Amino acid sequence: MPDTTPDTTPDTTLGAKKGRTVLRLTNATLRFGGLTALNDVSFEINEGEIFGLIGPNGAGKTTCFNAMTGVYALTSGTIEFEGNDLAGRKRHKITKLGMARTFQNIRLFKSMTALENVMVGADVHSKVSFFEALFRLPRHRTTEAEALERARELLNLVGIEGRHDELAANLSYGDQRRLEIARAMATKPTLLCLDEPAAGFNPAEKQRLMDLIRKLRDRGVTVLLIEHDMRLVMGVTDRIVVLEFGRKIAEGTPAEIRDNPAVIAAYLGVEEEDAS
Amino acid sequence: MAKDSSETKVKKDRRGFGEKYAAAPTPVKVVAVTLLLVLVYALPLLRPPILTTNSIDFGTVMFRVIAFALVALGLNIVIGYAGLLDLGYVGFYAIGAYTTAVLTVYHYSWPFFLALPAAIVVTMISGVLLGAPTLRVRGDYLAIVTLGFGEIIRITVQNVEWVGASAGIKDIPHPTGIGAKPNPPFDQGGLFQVPRLQWDGFVPIVDLEHKTSFLAFGSRDAVPYYWLILTFLLLILIGDRMIKASRVGRAWEATREDEDAAELMGVPTFKYKLMAFALGAAIGGMSGSFYASSQAGYINPQSFPLLLSMLFVATVVVGGSGNRWGAIAGGALVAYLPERFRDFADYRLLAFGLALTVLAVWRPEGLFPPRRTRRAKAAEAEIDALEEGTENEEVTHA
Repeated sequence: MPDTTPDTTPDTTLGAKKGRTVLRLTNATLRFGGLTALNDVSFEINEGEIFGLIGPNGAGKTTCFNAMTGVYALTSGTIEFEGNDLAGRKRHKITKLGMARTFQNIRLFKSMTALENVMVGADVHSKVSFFEALFRLPRHRTTEAEALERARELLNLVGIEGRHDELAANLSYGDQRRLEIARAMATKPTLLCLDEPAAGFNPAEKQRLMDLIRKLRDRGVTVLLIEHDMRLVMGVTDRIVVLEFGRKIAEGTPAEIRDNPAVIAAYLGVEEEDAS
Repeated sequence: MAKDSSETKVKKDRRGFGEKYAAAPTPVKVVAVTLLLVLVYALPLLRPPILTTNSIDFGTVMFRVIAFALVALGLNIVIGYAGLLDLGYVGFYAIGAYTTAVLTVYHYSWPFFLALPAAIVVTMISGVLLGAPTLRVRGDYLAIVTLGFGEIIRITVQNVEWVGASAGIKDIPHPTGIGAKPNPPFDQGGLFQVPRLQWDGFVPIVDLEHKTSFLAFGSRDAVPYYWLILTFLLLILIGDRMIKASRVGRAWEATREDEDAAELMGVPTFKYKLMAFALGAAIGGMSGSFYASSQAGYINPQSFPLLLSMLFVATVVVGGSGNRWGAIAGGALVAYLPERFRDFADYRLLAFGLALTVLAVWRPEGLFPPRRTRRAKAAEAEIDALEEGTENEEVTHA
């Protein structure tokens, strides 16, 4: 049981070194009728960071995700991904641009095998046409072989060795979560968005997940992480944005966030002055 | 590999037929496939007892069987792979048949082998035209829209003089044969002639009176049509296999499993749904085209009732949605059984309905479910067994 406190001192110098902005939200606002789910939210994610998006339940984290990946259209404001305005773009085109995600409530292709699930992700960049597939032309064969190899490699990376041909529905809960990450990684993302990847995990599994997230970052992927588990978020992220009722209430390094009175208030609630 | 196979033998061979076949050495495969093909092609000439229908020409029945199998194969792409419930498939079948009739006799006089590709293209286009606006709706709504489409086609045809209205179109020419004598019934000659078997009880006798001409299509012998449509079925079968095991097949399955997740994983779901719909339509149209130019050479709007659509869906469901062999078996059974038991003609639909009900209760996944369903069920059974085990343990502990 690795109950060791994870590496809680992310070198803040790294954050400064990282240059390019991968994702930029500018005054993002999203209303559903009278409900304002996102209210004037702005932040930037830089290349190579592990970026945390946290907040109490109903703060608008997943909504923010959905707006980024094209599920919802913003009421006002813009989302820029690698210099492209995402407004009005189709969801599968956004994925092709290099943004991939996992789901809070697992949404795998249940009656396909683990390997096939990942290959669907790998097909994003395939240029194979219907006729090339029908007649088994060379491009189909090379692309298919590449996708297969990539899928196997990713399944091993996330830790699903030996169960490649298992149906997704028959995998254990933890493996299903990890398979979602592999499937998203197969689309060769520059930005990988993980929506509560540690939900339902035990401490050992959380530790392994943190290692995996770092490994993915080291492969050059920028990671956006939504998570409830504070230890995990504090342990693995470089920078954090905190949402509450759709508004951004804080931004900074894990250390700064931990001491931020607004964040403490949001999570623990404020009583009287002498409460704590 | 060796260890693997010995293990499975010990455990109980749970591999499907396809997996066993794949594991066989190549020469065995070649021989097995050749034998099977010869058997299938020769079936209407062998006229095996029990299987052969007595009250109606066996060749005609076999042609119908393959025509249904072809339809089932096409509909399996739409329902089984892409998960789109299409209840108006008869519409495409009718479009294929009418396109052929109009092109070969009613307004033009094209040869059949030119009209066939035209019919396929026309039905494919009609599939795109129907699919483009309607594939945006999902599930039950799509079923209703397509149901309407099937009826619209039939009613339109019934009321439009240009396609023969309710009188239909007759004298649709037979496909051009090779070496066939140019006078009715057109099925004499051909490249060569094959005698068929006649059975006296279980003793076969070569029947030299009734010879089938190879590649001569006429009004008396259905076997040449059977060979023709069977050849097309096999070609489609190979194509189906290639496409299923490619990015296209994966995209269809992903869309069927979870359309939103597929879209977010970069699958242009609409494009692939439209592709499945158009391909399914094209295959239905092809089958319709064969139907129009078969022996009788006559079609009318009553040939394409809504009930036929339901039968088509039944073929896929009975066979096992998502499994091409299941679909073919389903199509064959749905076409064959009513003809075989023609003697009980009055009770045919009753028996058919009962059989469907029994199947739905006892084997809802169809006669030959796809590999995935079988494996999911096996895993479920294992989990159940494990759970029972732990329960028992708990009881003993208590």
